[in-house]
Amino acid sequence: MGGWAIAVHGGAGVDPNLPKERQEEAKRLLTRCLDIGISALRSNLSAIDVVELVVRQLETDPLFNSGRGSALTENGTVEMEASIMDGPKRRCGAVSGLSTVKNPVSLARLVMDKSPHSYLAFSGAEEFAKKQGVELVDNEYFITEDNVGMLKLAKEANSILFDYRIPTIGTCGAGAAAMDSPLQMNGLPISVYAPETVGCVVVDKEGRCAAATSTGGLMNKMTGRIGDSPLIGSGTYACELCGVSCTGEGEAIIRSTLAREVAAVMEYKGLRLHEAVDFVIKNRLDEGKAGLIAVSKNGEVACGFNTTGMFRGCATEDGFMEVGVW
Amino acid sequence: MGWAIALHGGAGDIPRSLPPELRLPREAGLRHCLDVGIAALKAHKHPLDVVELVVRELENHPHFNAGKGSVLTSSGTIEMEASIMDGKSKRCGAVSGLSTVVNAVSLARLVMEKTPHIYLGFHGAEAFAREQGVETADPSYFITPENIERLKQAQEANRVQIDYTQPIQKEPNDAAAAARIPNGDSQIGTVGCVAVDGEGNLASATSTGGLVNKMAGRIGDSPIIGAGTYANHICAVSATGKGEAMIRGTVARDVAAVMEFKGLSLKEAAAYVIDQVPPGNAGLVAVSSTGEIATVYNTAGMFRASASEDGYSEISIWDSPIKVSN
Repeated sequence: MGGWAIAVHGGAGVDPNLPKERQEEAKRLLTRCLDIGISALRSNLSAIDVVELVVRQLETDPLFNSGRGSALTENGTVEMEASIMDGPKRRCGAVSGLSTVKNPVSLARLVMDKSPHSYLAFSGAEEFAKKQGVELVDNEYFITEDNVGMLKLAKEANSILFDYRIPTIGTCGAGAAAMDSPLQMNGLPISVYAPETVGCVVVDKEGRCAAATSTGGLMNKMTGRIGDSPLIGSGTYACELCGVSCTGEGEAIIRSTLAREVAAVMEYKGLRLHEAVDFVIKNRLDEGKAGLIAVSKNGEVACGFNTTGMFRGCATEDGFMEVGVW
Repeated sequence: MGWAIALHGGAGDIPRSLPPELRLPREAGLRHCLDVGIAALKAHKHPLDVVELVVRELENHPHFNAGKGSVLTSSGTIEMEASIMDGKSKRCGAVSGLSTVVNAVSLARLVMEKTPHIYLGFHGAEAFAREQGVETADPSYFITPENIERLKQAQEANRVQIDYTQPIQKEPNDAAAAARIPNGDSQIGTVGCVAVDGEGNLASATSTGGLVNKMAGRIGDSPIIGAGTYANHICAVSATGKGEAMIRGTVARDVAAVMEFKGLSLKEAAAYVIDQVPPGNAGLVAVSSTGEIATVYNTAGMFRASASEDGYSEISIWDSPIKVSN
């Protein structure tokens, strides 16, 4: 019992036909991020510092859907959001609608540490970013060729893409599942997909938990659309007992307040981390598709998902380490 | 069993010395909105329709901090937000950063019903409003002289307030501060409504202008599912108070969680959850699937009204109700 633990994710919901090279690329990135986190933990950085550090790495790498490499809005622009939460006092910070901030998770941290508020969005958030002197870049910096192509496909299919890296709509596992029972969101006949949000959860040697999540959101989303990632209790949550970061269908995560749910069953039902994660994934998602990673103050780490795969990695102080897609 | 409804016009440091010219219009507003809600329930309207209807009335009332009468940002502008949730389906909708939409709660409902998303903010939400043809008005429509004055005082005191010019919880009550307000008025807050019908259908909605002197782009708890608003098959909750405290406390969600996981009654659960929030920061109204009502706050007072099918009705600001009948 005790000791540090860390988990990272790069999104829930993976095409079973995803090319091998892409899977390897993802695993290499997850491994690299885990190593960075592990180094930091060994240097006695606190959980809150480690989650920020690791998510910054994920944002900077264009592979997953956050920071550079973010999915595009219907207008072809990038609107990023993130949240971070520090378990011990449940301090939190969140941002939405960022278009020039290089590392959204760091701005979320500044909202938590340097503003009287918990959540800033759009031009107000950008103003705050300027005043804080964080690194700003043109919106073009975040846009990759891959995503420009994906947006075009999404518009042609007139649907919101689940895994935006799948070249042909309808061949992905989630898409096939969608065709079995036509996926609806808010009662509309539109397919619901969620691209690869990133996140990290950590418990440090002192038993402090923290969590952070960052994303560009849904490909072809309406401008101004906010998903689950910046919402405390939905995409991100941390308290004395645990730290949780979620990914998948935003609506499902919000309706089930997924991240808080894990902590609530631990707190109110006395479940251990693994039981809590299993319970929540099995019983709280209904038809929704999502995944999550979590750590407990006792040094445990767990992940759960009801999707076809989730890009993830985890490690604990006693030497355990695992990176997986399926 | 049978229907039940509860609504609020904000919790805070409402002084007992609130002069009649400020107290009476608010009581009248509460009475009017309660009557509107009761009539709708008697006409067998679905709770989702009822809470939207009642919150629209509260938004239109200039003495509550939502819609017309919203408090001002640090730049003297209006940024309104709201959310709505249906208990049975757990469908939800939310909006933030509105400056021209007369009824934010109705736009939140449209997001829920007419888009593939849950939450739209700022320019994207305003654009959606225009597409939907909802009623809009010049920002000056929403701004009242009292709020211009509140902002002035807040800026002089260089403090962000939960709509009340009384000092924030740790500081002693300053009667002199109240005296500085030309009309002695300082009490307004978020608005919200929860309702249940005879079949156990539950719904909740919350709407607000936010915190006086807030940073532009600041989002509070009102549009955050699980923080300011929540409804499932067990209960419906609308919370009010210091947004940052409600967000980290996942207040609305926790009432239902505590009922489910700890087996507490609605009243016990509401009291339990409010107790976890630092004093002076929170209040909520809630109804359960079996028609119970709870109105709890850890502030000096909360503008509220409630009624149930058995003939009970109450309108109150502080502990002793203004009017109770049964």
